[in-house]
Amino acid sequence: MNRFLPLAIAGLLVVLFLGMMLSDRNPQEIDSVLIGRPAPAFSLSSLADGAPALTEADLKTGEPLLVNFFASWCVPCRAEHESLMELAGRYRVPVIGIAYKNERDKAIGFLNELGNPFSKTGLDLDGRVGIDWGVSGVPETFLLDGDGVIRYRHWGPIVGDSLEARLLPELEALR
Amino acid sequence: MMKYLSAFCLILTMSLGALSVAVDEKPLADPVKEAQARELMKEIRCLVCQNQSIEDSNAELARDLRAIVRERIALGDSPDNVRAYLVDRYGDWVLLRPPVKTSTYFLWASPFLVVLIIALLLINRNRQAAAPAPLSDAEKEQLKALLEREP
Repeated sequence: MNRFLPLAIAGLLVVLFLGMMLSDRNPQEIDSVLIGRPAPAFSLSSLADGAPALTEADLKTGEPLLVNFFASWCVPCRAEHESLMELAGRYRVPVIGIAYKNERDKAIGFLNELGNPFSKTGLDLDGRVGIDWGVSGVPETFLLDGDGVIRYRHWGPIVGDSLEARLLPELEALR
Repeated sequence: MMKYLSAFCLILTMSLGALSVAVDEKPLADPVKEAQARELMKEIRCLVCQNQSIEDSNAELARDLRAIVRERIALGDSPDNVRAYLVDRYGDWVLLRPPVKTSTYFLWASPFLVVLIIALLLINRNRQAAAPAPLSDAEKEQLKALLEREP
C-alpha cells in the first residue's frame, strides 16, 4: 500500500490543480454578500438636468432591472457599453446607471459619446454608495427582482459570452 | 558649508520615504483613536490588490476604506463594529484573518490535521520496524535445519 501512496498523492494533486485550472473561476471575483438582500438605502443626484434624485425606491418597480456601476475613466466600461445598449434595447430591461467616482460632466460626456442605455442615473461622486453595495471596482452590474432584492451580481465587464451565458439566464429566471 | 547643506538635503530626501504613505490623509486628532484605526487597517484586505492590507495599499478603494475606518472610529465605534460594517458589505473576505466559524473549522484545523497524519504515519512505520512478522512453520523448519547442519 505504501508503495502506491506517493503515486496516489501526485494523482490527487493533478486532479485538484486541473480542476482549478479548468473551472471558470476568476480569483479576483469574490461572491457578493448582498445576494438575497434588498438594495441598500441611498440617494444620489441624477446626471439628467432637473430629474429627481435616484433612491432605492426607484429600484422597486415590480419587474427585474439592472443597476450598473460605471465611470467614464473605466476602459472595461467602454467595452461592455454595447451589451448594456443591447440589454436596454433588444431585451427591454430597465438599466439604471450609477456613475462611480466620476465627475458629472465627464459621465455625461461618456453617455453622449457612446449612447445612453440608462432609464435613470445617479452620481456617486465619493464612491460611498459603491462601498455600500460592496463594489470593488467598475464595472459591476447587479440584477434586482421586482421587490428590489439583489439576485445576481455580474463582476467585471459584460463582454464576450458572459451576456448570453451568465446574465440572460439569471434575468430569464426572474421574469 | 556646502557639506552641511548637502548632508541636510540627503537627510531630507531620505526621510521623505517615511511620509510617503498616505500623505493626503489626515490622521485622527486623538492619538489613541488613530492608533486603534491604524491597527484595524492592518487587518482589512484591500479588495483591489487582495493580498495587501488597506494600510499599505495605494489603491483608491483602499484610501476610501481607510477614510471610513477613521470616520467610524472617530464616531466612537469599536473595532468590532467597524469590522462588522465592512463584512456586511464585502463579506468575510475583507478580513485578512478569517474568523473561526463552521465554514472555516476545516481551514483552522488543517495544520493540526497534517501534523497528526504525519505523526500517525511515523508511528506506524516504527512499529513495523520494531516487530517483524513471526516465522511461519515452514520457515521454522528451515531455520532449524540450518542451525542443526554440521559445519
